[in-house]
Amino acid sequence: MIEVKHLTKNYGRHTAVSDLSFTVEKGQIYGFLGPNGAGKTTTMSIMTGCLAATSGQVTIDGHDIFEEALEAKKLIGYLPEQPPLYLDRTPKEYLTFVGRAKGVPAAELNGQIQKIMKITQIEGVKDRLIKNLSKGFRQRVGIAQALMGDPEVIILDEPTVGLDPRQIIEIRELIAELGKKHTVILSSHILSEVQAICSTIMIIANGKLVACDTPENLEKLFAGAASVVLTADASQADTLAIIRKVSPDASVEIVSAKDSQTTVKIETAEPEALCRSLFFAFAEQKKALTQLTTAKASLEEIFIELTAADAPAPSAETEKEAVTA
Amino acid sequence: MKAIFRHELSSHFQSVTGYVFGAFMLLFAGIYCMVINLKVGYANFEYVLGSMSFIYIIGIPILTMRTIAEERKQTTDQLLYSLPLTMTKVVLGKYLVLLIMILIPTAVIAFYPLILSSFGDLYLPGAYGALVGFFFLGAALAAIGVFISSLMENQASAAGLCFAVLLLNYFLKSLASYVSTSAFASFAAFAVLLILLAVIVRLLTKNTFAAVMTALLPGIALVLVYGLMGSSFTGTFPAVMEQLSLFNRFYQFSDGIFDIRALVFFASVVGVFLFLTVQSMEKRRWNG
Repeated sequence: MIEVKHLTKNYGRHTAVSDLSFTVEKGQIYGFLGPNGAGKTTTMSIMTGCLAATSGQVTIDGHDIFEEALEAKKLIGYLPEQPPLYLDRTPKEYLTFVGRAKGVPAAELNGQIQKIMKITQIEGVKDRLIKNLSKGFRQRVGIAQALMGDPEVIILDEPTVGLDPRQIIEIRELIAELGKKHTVILSSHILSEVQAICSTIMIIANGKLVACDTPENLEKLFAGAASVVLTADASQADTLAIIRKVSPDASVEIVSAKDSQTTVKIETAEPEALCRSLFFAFAEQKKALTQLTTAKASLEEIFIELTAADAPAPSAETEKEAVTA
Repeated sequence: MKAIFRHELSSHFQSVTGYVFGAFMLLFAGIYCMVINLKVGYANFEYVLGSMSFIYIIGIPILTMRTIAEERKQTTDQLLYSLPLTMTKVVLGKYLVLLIMILIPTAVIAFYPLILSSFGDLYLPGAYGALVGFFFLGAALAAIGVFISSLMENQASAAGLCFAVLLLNYFLKSLASYVSTSAFASFAAFAVLLILLAVIVRLLTKNTFAAVMTALLPGIALVLVYGLMGSSFTGTFPAVMEQLSLFNRFYQFSDGIFDIRALVFFASVVGVFLFLTVQSMEKRRWNG
């Protein structure tokens, strides 16, 4: 559907996107994930023809976004980071303009606007000026704009930024709904969001694609980092002795050790099997376990690892914002 | 293009700019008509148009300031870039609406000579000839305004710069009479202009080679021509200044001359500045 080949964008000496290549298949929801300033917006602007690349090529269904711009753009609906709204218009007037500009036939225009207003739930505000609408409704009008002309691909740049938690959930539901009919690409610096709605996650850091897979596969890929944490009513020496019996060469890290209670963390590839054998081993020795848990590397940890690996990483502040927001 | 046209047209009527411009033009047409035709008693409506042409200096910036600057400020230019429309169509659509906005007060003014002629003997061809020239002058100035709006991020600075440029153009003829007519003065003035042009090219493209070439190649030609036939430069620069004055070309119409060359000149100004506007918008696509 969309092919991005060796995309590079320089702003003067600063490289925003460097040699980025990926393919987007039909009928899935893709999530662009990356810390602030990773190149997500730049990539999306280039994919929608709003920005020219320094080198590289983007084709939408075989149409080059620059050579055959009109054909390619008809297939795309784009919501930039700042919804491009005419504040002194009503949503209905605005959608009418966008529909006409996208070449929707006059006979279908009204029907399509009604349908899209229903999907995006903006019927109630259709005759109010956009400048009087709340941020959530403005975002919906922005998404409605992207849907006009029934494009195959919908590209949404940080669609939930600045919304309250309830609005975020509503917009996510809307996007999941859209994903049934259209190919959706959205960007976000919030992991849980991408994890919740996307079928494929593309992690971008410093203008490069560092990972591209389903959320489950990404977790599996890093399953080696899984571990077992246990707390036993036993001295440190006893605890270690029992663990060594079960798994002689596991890497064991002592978290805390008091006289009669020891907490350790054991790295393993098969945390559940290890838990079972540990349980029986401790029971045989009449040592009680007060805690026995498995810990998988979360996507969040993978994200931090991947985006921080490529130095120079963004400043600590933006990094923190990126994962906690 | 039709979508842009309809959208812009309703913008002008929803915001005040369309009404302010129309009212402003009609107010001054009324005042000048009263003074020149009714009080003093001239039977030439073209004098009214000649006198009120300077009102464009204030009216055109008001009319054109938001054209593109406002899109940029509202970030709706992003929408225009992502829509399946060429920039040429966007700019043309917007410009056609401006022409309509100028045409509306002009059409109302067109009734004045008719009304006046029922009370006295008015030379109607002269009046309507001048009115055509008046409309063309407005069209040319509006194209300059659109281009300036495309360079700016906000309406106020677009209006300010447009006002300054139109004012300078208005005084160009008077200024020309103060410029030395000697051959060397003309030569020096052209040289300075070339260097200025090179500086602008450097600032816009950040390409030193292109900038140096812009100044160097015509510069060599300039030196050669000056060296071979220096006397032909006598008075050239003031003459060029006079030729560039849009207002000066319009005064022929108010003197009763229907000058086709002037209309062609106005149309060329429209073409050049709309072309530059499209380029200025395309450039944003490259720089982000």
